Amino acid sequence: MAGAALILRRLAQIAITLAILSFAAYMLIGLMPGDPIDLALIGDPRLTAGDAARLRALHGLDQPLLARYAAWAASVLRGEFGYSRLFAVPVADVLWPALRSSLALLGGALAIAATGGVALGVLAAARPRSAGFVDAIAVIGQAMPSFWLGILLIILFAVTLGWLPAGGSAEDGGSALRFLVLPVATLAIANVAAYARHTAAAMTATLTEPWIRTARAKGASRTRVLWRHAFPNAAVPILTLAALDAGALVSGAVVTETLFARPGMGKLIFDAIMGNDYNLALVALLLVALVTMLATLAADLAQRALDPRLA
Amino acid sequence: MAPALRLAAALLALAGPALAQPARDSLTIGITQYPSTFHPNIDAMVAKSYVAGFTLRPLTAYAPDWQPTCLFCETLPTIENGLAVRETAANGRPGLRLTYRLREGLRWGDGTPITGEDLRFAWEAGRNDATGFGAAEFYRSAYELIVVDARTITLRFDKVTFDFASVGDFKPLPAHVDRARWEADPRAYRTRTAYDTETTNPAIWNGPYRIAAVQPGAGVTLERNPLWGGAAPAFRRIQIRTVENTAALEAQLLAGQIDMIAGELGLPIDQAAALQRRTGDRFRFEYHPGLIYEHLDINHDHPALGDRRVRQALLMALDRAQIVARLFDGRQPVAHSSVNPLDPMHAEDVRQWPHDPARAAALLDEAGWRRGPDGIRRNAAGDRLSIELMTTAGNRSREQVQQVLQAQWRAAGIETRIRNEPPRVFFAETLSRRRFQGAALFAWISAPESVPRTTLHSDEIPRAERNWSGQNFGGYRNPELDALLEALPEELDPDERRQMFARLQAIYSRELPVLPLWFRSDAHIWPTWLEGVRPTGHLNPSTLWAEEWRVRP
Repeated sequence: MAGAALILRRLAQIAITLAILSFAAYMLIGLMPGDPIDLALIGDPRLTAGDAARLRALHGLDQPLLARYAAWAASVLRGEFGYSRLFAVPVADVLWPALRSSLALLGGALAIAATGGVALGVLAAARPRSAGFVDAIAVIGQAMPSFWLGILLIILFAVTLGWLPAGGSAEDGGSALRFLVLPVATLAIANVAAYARHTAAAMTATLTEPWIRTARAKGASRTRVLWRHAFPNAAVPILTLAALDAGALVSGAVVTETLFARPGMGKLIFDAIMGNDYNLALVALLLVALVTMLATLAADLAQRALDPRLA
Repeated sequence: MAPALRLAAALLALAGPALAQPARDSLTIGITQYPSTFHPNIDAMVAKSYVAGFTLRPLTAYAPDWQPTCLFCETLPTIENGLAVRETAANGRPGLRLTYRLREGLRWGDGTPITGEDLRFAWEAGRNDATGFGAAEFYRSAYELIVVDARTITLRFDKVTFDFASVGDFKPLPAHVDRARWEADPRAYRTRTAYDTETTNPAIWNGPYRIAAVQPGAGVTLERNPLWGGAAPAFRRIQIRTVENTAALEAQLLAGQIDMIAGELGLPIDQAAALQRRTGDRFRFEYHPGLIYEHLDINHDHPALGDRRVRQALLMALDRAQIVARLFDGRQPVAHSSVNPLDPMHAEDVRQWPHDPARAAALLDEAGWRRGPDGIRRNAAGDRLSIELMTTAGNRSREQVQQVLQAQWRAAGIETRIRNEPPRVFFAETLSRRRFQGAALFAWISAPESVPRTTLHSDEIPRAERNWSGQNFGGYRNPELDALLEALPEELDPDERRQMFARLQAIYSRELPVLPLWFRSDAHIWPTWLEGVRPTGHLNPSTLWAEEWRVRP
């Protein structure tokens, strides 16, 4: 009962947050100096001042910002997300391919980072003599910028050895995995450090608890003590980290996507904001916010399930 | 993000060679931009023009030799051949009546013949403001289109201009596919056109290739158009991949994922030159000068810069040849006016201002700016000769140039303060509202035989009462030049026009309303087995002649 009330309260908070966020984002994009028609004037020598005024009116850019926001919000409440100004197609037609690409890239990378990081963190806590090794891996992973690591991987595996593609995405589904290997590795290595450090810290603290000593005294195996008794109690900060990372699944990774020429959410959101593509930018931003908040809610519920004292 | 990716480019420079085995019946091209729409008349983008060159043909175009030529028409109208006739327009002013005849056998990709009705549809859609086509001056001035027969149209214009025969980039639109959508709601046409909702429909393409598949944001796959009536293209399939980051683009070329990098949308000159040095003869490189004119707009309201002698001194204090040699591997021609040396209207005897620090110093002394104790020049009132130098933030090439300009002007006793802004702020606010205080470094894109009225005529100075329209950002005023800019477009005699262009260049190079720097070059990078690509350097891309591309035997 208390859980249902929590969920309802949090969902109401999410709805209010999204409304405030949409207003703030719309205003910020609208208040940026200039608009795409100004840039088009420089790029197209045949475009006249009259053409610019006509195109501004056609795109509604000559209307007051508040009126434009009201019209947009009314459309969204009717379930109409409109057309992307930059791509001349419905917003969903632009959003879904980018979202799929980002989910494949970041889903793979975060799954590998979480699995590897947790394993390394548990290793560091269980075998203190390996802690230095795990620390070194974490420091290297965290200190190495993804663009640097990415380009090193491209040079080695694509340019020099020719084993994997340097970037892009598969035209058919057959070899899609080959195109994912290098960008996923780039992001996974960069993210593994955070999971390793959080897991090591939480597990080290948990393994000193009296009930762990009791479990050992009762003859529980080393594996059982680690994974059955200690890990569920150490999992709360890891869940929080994973919940925060869930937003990244849909917000993309601009640098990695650009370096590996993968059309994803990060680049899409950046281009939509810079191009005053309100429909696309707002739907994408709100989607990122919604997923992040829902993941945080899911993490809260999972934490309560793992630790009844939080309920 | 940009510095990170620039460092990535530098790292890539250390990479070794890759193994590549290209298939010879297909070609993969890398470009740095993805078209926002495939409709030929909505939004002007280089990426779209590049793809459209393979798939859609206009009535006329500027050829690689910068002369107008027929692509879908049989003969360019001239007064001499009788296809262009002077007449009085409906508004009572001098006008023109032009007749075009379509080539025989032109068909859309579904076999439907291309007729005057397709041109009429394109014209009607363009004249309707609600349709949302970009540049509309052609549609405004072409006030009547008469379909004489299936292959012949007559256009009537309400003005006379020397470039009448080129009719912009007027091209047929598939009336049998798109007219009903447009008529249903012209305002919604831009989102309902088959070019964006049925991009792989063969019925909307008429070039040697048609779009067979689209990978949104990532690329376009072209296949031969079996109904193309011209010379058969060599490649069965062409893949155009979008790789926005040039370091990644270079990596894909070295890894053999792409065969060539388009010059129109490819690597910057310095990156291409570095790649050429590293890869030797593995690829073919061609650097083709183009119409992108890098220059310094000057604020003529500045107390010093309004003086012609100071502008001349500023230019002579710069060693532009050395800058081009050091920063651009000598691949970009130094500019002496806004008219490109490849343009038929370029005057060979245009005045030049080579690096001459002594003459620059003498001119500044003469203008009353003498060196102070700190080396910076001052006038009689003690004001320092100090100018603000602005450009687009994040443009590495321009930021490097800025540093050199600052150093060379410093040596001449001129203080330079650098202030950069993001492009949309720089162009939309600072330039268009004339808020720059000294010099602004950026580029103009023009066309062959372009008359620079919008950038130099005093009517084009942006003002609040004109809602800041116009592109004479510097505020330059010259009645003699104004008269020339008004008369030039209406002069049909090429010899007379050449004289007028020579006069324009003489005034330009003497008065220096803006300081010319150089014309940007495109770096075309091809596989050694490819031949027949003819770079143009202007707004019509090399792909308009893609059927000439061949695999070297």
